[in-house]
Amino acid sequence: MSMPFYVAPEQQAKDKADYARKGIARGRSVVVLQYDDGILFVADNPSRALHKISEIYDRIGFAAVGKYNEFENLRLAGVRYADVTGYQYDRADVTARGLANAYAQTLGTIFTESIKPYEVELVVAEAGEGAATDQMYRLTFDGSVADEHGYVAMGGQAEAVAAALKDAYSDGMTLAAALRAAVHALEQQDSDRHLEATALEAAVLDRTREHRLFRRLPPARIEQLLAEAAAAGGEGEGDGDGAGGGAADKGDQAGESDKGGETDGGTGPADESPNGSTT
Amino acid sequence: MSPGSSFTDFLSAYSPDLLPSRRTVPAAAIGGEELRHGTTIVAVTFPGGVTMAGDRRATAGNVIAQRDIEKVFRADEFSAIAIAGTAGIGIELVRLFQVQLEHYEKMEGRTLSLEGKANQLATMIRGNLPMAMQGLIVVPMFAGYDDERDGGRIFSYDAAGGRYEEHDFHSIGSGSVFARGALKKLWRAGLSPSDAALVCVQALYDAADDDSATGGPDLTRRIFPVIASVTADGFRRLPDDEVGALAQSVVDARFDAPDGPPAPLR
Repeated sequence: MSMPFYVAPEQQAKDKADYARKGIARGRSVVVLQYDDGILFVADNPSRALHKISEIYDRIGFAAVGKYNEFENLRLAGVRYADVTGYQYDRADVTARGLANAYAQTLGTIFTESIKPYEVELVVAEAGEGAATDQMYRLTFDGSVADEHGYVAMGGQAEAVAAALKDAYSDGMTLAAALRAAVHALEQQDSDRHLEATALEAAVLDRTREHRLFRRLPPARIEQLLAEAAAAGGEGEGDGDGAGGGAADKGDQAGESDKGGETDGGTGPADESPNGSTT
Repeated sequence: MSPGSSFTDFLSAYSPDLLPSRRTVPAAAIGGEELRHGTTIVAVTFPGGVTMAGDRRATAGNVIAQRDIEKVFRADEFSAIAIAGTAGIGIELVRLFQVQLEHYEKMEGRTLSLEGKANQLATMIRGNLPMAMQGLIVVPMFAGYDDERDGGRIFSYDAAGGRYEEHDFHSIGSGSVFARGALKKLWRAGLSPSDAALVCVQALYDAADDDSATGGPDLTRRIFPVIASVTADGFRRLPDDEVGALAQSVVDARFDAPDGPPAPLR
């Protein structure tokens, strides 16, 4: 066995972070945002079987981008974590915060200890009793956790999508308006992208439901909601006032490695059409 | 490809003492005098679904240990489970079964078939056989909506994990013989969902009438049987005021006919 060359830890971490970031940017985007009755997840994902959005527990949902086998592993581990905790104690004792911590530990360990980091980014969201107690945590490949409010965009052209969401999002939107904002934001990934209902994977954590809040929205329901939003007046929502403090909270991040990705190039392609004017 | 989609398999590798089947079995039989026992459960099918009901009494020996125990539970969106026998073990079995079904659904992205759920429950009861041999018997009844048949189905079990499908109606627990007699006379094809609930209340009344361990509707304390129905629309527990009205009408009618509605002779 030959001695490996010495590589400085900074360099090693940077190489791994670059590698992971590139992998994540190759995929397509996912957005997670709050609406008046809960939390909406929308993914640009035509597959009916390979989900990017899933249920973890009664009030907790999961969204991921990156390599399927890697985030699927994390999803299964999350379901096991939640079901064991809930069985051992009580269903109310399973929280998004606990789950996010468990994921952060796992991702952090993989990032430092293995040669190849996971090329994934996750959101763990929990619907509270009201919008004020909703929780959204964004986890990156190196185990950093960010406590988000309002909306999150990740994967693919995340900056362009986030910029479009920033303009369209406001607190207390209806489900239809939130879905329309999300679809519009996802269409900003490319200059001429139009997303049909069948090309979307969407689900909600609906706090008006009982017991298990997670529910997938079938294409027919997506179409119906988009039509509803269009009828409710295309110019109405998204004056861009309610960024919900989402940007300010990025400061909570424990790790610094992906901050670069967050801050640079935040403008660019999103300038084309900041508002949903497709009536 | 370790533990797979089974919660119990995962638990047996991760934290085996959480599983009832992994516990050391007591050497001597445990007296049933101190432990709570659940009593009578009935289930009735109707076109498009099934209704399950249980009385609210738990006994420990000759003492009424609890007046408002619940023995009928939601297993998942399209099935219900009820227990008779040692309540402590039964309730633990129900919790484990509920998690098992939900866990499979989340891991696999699809629900188990009704047969699959019924078989799963049989395996879990079989795990309790050593305990049953020492007197800690628990026998559940399982019912659910089968979308392939568009109807309700009922499964009963014995302590050895035997799984038996029942037709039309069934009852388990200490008052089950009396309840079964009532069910035989009152059940008919084409019951409406509300009549199916009424049949359950009548049968439980008859069980309580003749079995000291089964509780009748308690009008003074407003404690009524737990009634749940499962249809294509999912599991629904009847609200207390609905069951209260049913119980009230049954009790009122019994003032005129204490033995209940007579069945036609021919």
